[in-house]
Amino acid sequence: MNLSVNFAGIDIKNPVTTASGTFGSGAEYKDFVDLNKLGAVTTKGVASVPWEGNQTPRICETYSGMLNAIGLQNPGIDLFIKRDIPFLKQYDTKIIVNVCGKTLDEYIEVVKRLAEEDIDLLEINISCPNVKAGGIAFGQDPELARQVTDKVKQYAKQPVIMKLSPNVTDITEMARAVEAGGADAVSLINTLTGMKIDINKRTFALANKTGGLSGPAIKPVAVRMVYQVANAVKIPVLGMGGIQNAEDALEFIMAGATMVAVGTANFNNPSVTEDIINGLETFMDKNGVKDINELIGCVK
Amino acid sequence: MADRKKCKAQVTSQIKLTEDIYSMWIKFPKNTDISVAVPGQFISMYCHDGSRMLPRPISICQINTNDNMLRVVYRTVGKGTKEFSMLGAGSTIDIIAPLGNGFIIDTDIFKNALLIGGGIGIPPMLELAKKLRENGSESVKVVLGYRDGTLFLKDEFEPYADVYVSTEDGSSGIKGNTIDVINEYGIEADIIYACGPLPMLRGIKVLAKERGIKAQLSLEERMACGIGACLGCVCNSKEKDEHSNVKNKRICKDGPVFDSEEIIF
Ligand SMILES: Cc1cc2nc3c(=O)[nH]c(=O)nc-3n(C[C@H](O)[C@H](O)[C@H](O)COP(=O)(O)OP(=O)(O)OC[C@H]3O[C@@H](n4cnc5c(N)ncnc54)[C@H](O)[C@@H]3O)c2cc1C
Ligand SMILES: Cc1cc2nc3c(=O)[nH]c(=O)nc-3n(C[C@H](O)[C@H](O)[C@H](O)COP(=O)(O)O)c2cc1C
Ligand code: FES
Repeated sequence: MNLSVNFAGIDIKNPVTTASGTFGSGAEYKDFVDLNKLGAVTTKGVASVPWEGNQTPRICETYSGMLNAIGLQNPGIDLFIKRDIPFLKQYDTKIIVNVCGKTLDEYIEVVKRLAEEDIDLLEINISCPNVKAGGIAFGQDPELARQVTDKVKQYAKQPVIMKLSPNVTDITEMARAVEAGGADAVSLINTLTGMKIDINKRTFALANKTGGLSGPAIKPVAVRMVYQVANAVKIPVLGMGGIQNAEDALEFIMAGATMVAVGTANFNNPSVTEDIINGLETFMDKNGVKDINELIGCVK
Repeated sequence: MADRKKCKAQVTSQIKLTEDIYSMWIKFPKNTDISVAVPGQFISMYCHDGSRMLPRPISICQINTNDNMLRVVYRTVGKGTKEFSMLGAGSTIDIIAPLGNGFIIDTDIFKNALLIGGGIGIPPMLELAKKLRENGSESVKVVLGYRDGTLFLKDEFEPYADVYVSTEDGSSGIKGNTIDVINEYGIEADIIYACGPLPMLRGIKVLAKERGIKAQLSLEERMACGIGACLGCVCNSKEKDEHSNVKNKRICKDGPVFDSEEIIF
């Protein structure tokens, strides 16, 4: 049975990675998951300098999901390179580094610093709804998205995945724009902007007022967008949004995703990624599927 | 080594202490070792209802190492805790335990301990009082702050501590809050341990500073992962934190118990 896929030129032993921001750099999960089993670990967004993030409350639960407004708190690229990359290098898994920035120059600075590092792929987050400057602005304007991609590609030494926001009218337009900018792959979806009100306190549940909705509640939207994008561009798709089990992962794969990422479900069960990989094997075994690549985009 | 898991634990008993406060004993399977648990740590309790994905963090109230059991005492405030309150003996519940850093006990340096529990911050003080006694504390005084005269758990503290009470409505003990009790009785100590609402913790921080004694405070925040990965549950810290590289710390991983001087709130 073959679970390995080729994603943007990189051979990956199985299609399962973690969604950025839900798995730290992997260190916090090492007691719960054998990191060697994962196709890849995608790390929390890292910027050129440390970011403090937003005020608390940063989290609230919603039906079958949650809102978060972490605000991209991160330790900065220096500490990330010194501590987090060596940590992950101990394991037999690919490393996808998620990059964030407030300005184009900030993205470039991080990409340049990572050029000489032994990592496998870059994921450029142009879709975080929780920081005012940068981020989402790049992810909602096709021309800006193309420009960021183009600039990043000039300096990147690893394949570049552009992470798309679902908070747009036409996701295929954004996907085509980053493809035109030279992106090697796209990932989607980032969170949907949402809001919750605490009726007893007559205030917002999150200090940031709005937050990003994730979890099973967004899965049908995510599957639809992955399907649309997979049929609109030639570059491979990393699909995510509400994946909780192997069946969910298979929906994304059949809709056209070459890889899948698991986010919020890690909060419900920190070992869930391993269960999903095992579940994919079980499904293939049961259905006589010899190669997972047969399933990618099989639903037209 | 990936040797920790969310485990299926078993409720061995559950009783109602007041209108909205429940006490539950939980037995853990072998793969979850309760003997490493210390007072002040918490557990992540998961709902059976899949539409509630996030764990409910609840403090450890008592530890029974022999039987690999823990006790929690909690207030039903929302759907998750209401769901827990329906679980009878024999029911299973998914849990990760224990989590976080608990209270630091050093009875050689800090001989006289003052424990302060406000409302639903009272439960973690019970195991702490017991452990302080077992470790040879010279005196253990505990101040319990209640809304009204329900006084849950008060009797259970008596074997380990001198117990003082405040109630908001004045129905028992001193009318007012825990700090009023400390001032009224002129309670002295070498160290303070506290858990309760933020205004109470603020008052205690000031009081400890004025008296030049150490205070260990247990904080609360909304959590998603409970294991230090998502950065959802942070509090501001005085110094730059080694892990975050900014001035904040994760309550689930670096706390929930902090030295009062290390954090800003
Ligand atoms: C370290 C720690 C220890 C705690 N120990 C206890 C205890 O021993 N006994 C007790 O009764 N309560 C304790 N709490 C508070 C307890 O976690 C909440 O009351 C509980 O999560 C509410 O869940 P719910 O589904 O009933 O409420 P809902 O309001 O429906 O919950 C919705 C979401 O908000 C979260 N949430 C709601 N209130 C709180 C809160 N105060 N703190 C953190 N998250 C919250 C829930 O976990 C859930 O994700 C503790 C909290 C923390 C952080
Ligand atoms: C707490 C939290 C933090 C996140 N942080 C990031 C981040 O730093 N960078 C990023 O590109 N996406 C971030 N995301 C979005 C996820 O990577 C993912 O796109 C989204 O949550 C949908 O997947 P899910 O439903 O499986 O969680 C975050 C999501 C959550 C819930
Ligand atoms: S709850 Fe995720 S870091 Fe504390």
